[in-house]
Amino acid sequence: MSRFSLFLLPAIGFALAGCRGWQSALDAQGPQASELAWLFWIFTWVLGAIWLAVMIALAAALLRSPASRPDPLLVNPAQDRRYAAVVASLAVATGVVVLVLTGLSVVSQRNLFRVEEEAVTIRVTGRQWWWEIRYEEADASRSFTTANEIHLPVGKPVKIILNSADVIHSFWVPSLMGKQDLIKGQENDIRLVADRPGIYRGQCAEFCGLQHAHMGILAVAESQQDFERWRDAQIRPAEPPGDPERQKGQAAFLTQPCIMCHSVRGTPAGGKVAPDLTHVGSRKYLAAGTLPMSRGNLAAWIVDPHGIKPGVNMPTIKLQPDDLNAIASYLEGLK
Amino acid sequence: MSALARLLLLVLLAFAGCQREERSFRADPVATESIEKVALVPLSPGPSGPVTDTSGKGKEYENNAYHLAQGKTLYKWMNCNGCHANGGGGSGPALIDDLWIYGGSIENIVQTIREGRPNGMPSFRGKIPDDQIWQIAGFVRSMSGNVPKDAAPGRDDALHPRPAENRTPEFPPVSGGAPPPR
Repeated sequence: MSRFSLFLLPAIGFALAGCRGWQSALDAQGPQASELAWLFWIFTWVLGAIWLAVMIALAAALLRSPASRPDPLLVNPAQDRRYAAVVASLAVATGVVVLVLTGLSVVSQRNLFRVEEEAVTIRVTGRQWWWEIRYEEADASRSFTTANEIHLPVGKPVKIILNSADVIHSFWVPSLMGKQDLIKGQENDIRLVADRPGIYRGQCAEFCGLQHAHMGILAVAESQQDFERWRDAQIRPAEPPGDPERQKGQAAFLTQPCIMCHSVRGTPAGGKVAPDLTHVGSRKYLAAGTLPMSRGNLAAWIVDPHGIKPGVNMPTIKLQPDDLNAIASYLEGLK
Repeated sequence: MSALARLLLLVLLAFAGCQREERSFRADPVATESIEKVALVPLSPGPSGPVTDTSGKGKEYENNAYHLAQGKTLYKWMNCNGCHANGGGGSGPALIDDLWIYGGSIENIVQTIREGRPNGMPSFRGKIPDDQIWQIAGFVRSMSGNVPKDAAPGRDDALHPRPAENRTPEFPPVSGGAPPPR
């Protein structure tokens, strides 16, 4: 084995490893993503085969011995006709390939945006740099707001309405669906289905400012019962804290600047410009997919948000250390 | 000077365009409120005006496009427009005119937000972090054209009820005005 292939083989291995995982368009987990992955592979194989054929023809032409090349000034009508036929048929073949691939794209596009009666409607509003999630129900008492994490029942069509509160963002959970922009003043919607239970990561796919890279979203696909259980829990207001430390935390939370922007349903905190914290402890990540949820990370985030996500709209506030521990404990307990 | 030298000089001058405004995202985590000795009125006994002593923090916030733009966002988020509307005033006084009941310097406005004023202005001390109060105060100054035009926010995406802050003519503060009747 040459040294080059020794280097190349692991490189290909690593590249293929990138096709699996919780954030990959090639690891399709729903019909929409499968449609896209199928289109990707068709294009890759067809165009790869054409590229290979062209390269082989080019190499053959270059490697022919000079003696076998005809004198360019020699007129040979029979050969010229043959060449013309070859060029014409290749031109027609190119046209056919382009038309067929265009046709496949159009069919895919239709399948991708086919309208099905949705089981769940989720309104996702992009904000610098997090996602406001609102589950909309005809019964207003069953609508609720959360952030950065969507749950969907497996096998049910989900309608996602996309909008922005500031700049243009793009919603992209590669394992479930292609990208769609969130534009202020315009509602876009997409429909997607998750075939298998699992946790799929998404990412803002339109540069939206300083912390664009730290604007992740989690899509949790689960069985209908698990989904209903989760939704019922999210609809409930936050439970009043039982132990003294968390009571102290709630008291501190309600007197600190937190309440200017955040809301916790069931308390006077009703801010509307930052993530809803009613059930923050039940989420898997903090700060739009930046930190795993834990008491330590909550405290770190409150103490120094700009050390973790410079430029974020969460301000540095002045807290007493006791209050910090109590607030972190209070928030962690908001399950 | 040869043509080449002139060209070189031009290129060097163009590099000056790479200078970017300093943006401090992270407020000092331990700093406490700066002490601003301000006067609410221009009147004082004797021939000299009132004695004031400011920390100089105001200049930093008034001349910085990032702080002013953040101030514009916070003005809505902290519900300043709930009473002052888009600056034209509602249950609170207008902010786009030149009349200032409690002084129109950025330090005065910071004090007004921190401490509140009689007849309805709430005190936001401990509710809005201090650096954000400065950002809002800087933006409030820009509403009457009292900040540099190149730093003031540009037009909104939505319909604007008045010229954008960077197109607002300058109205130097004048002592006066009255709280709206209750």
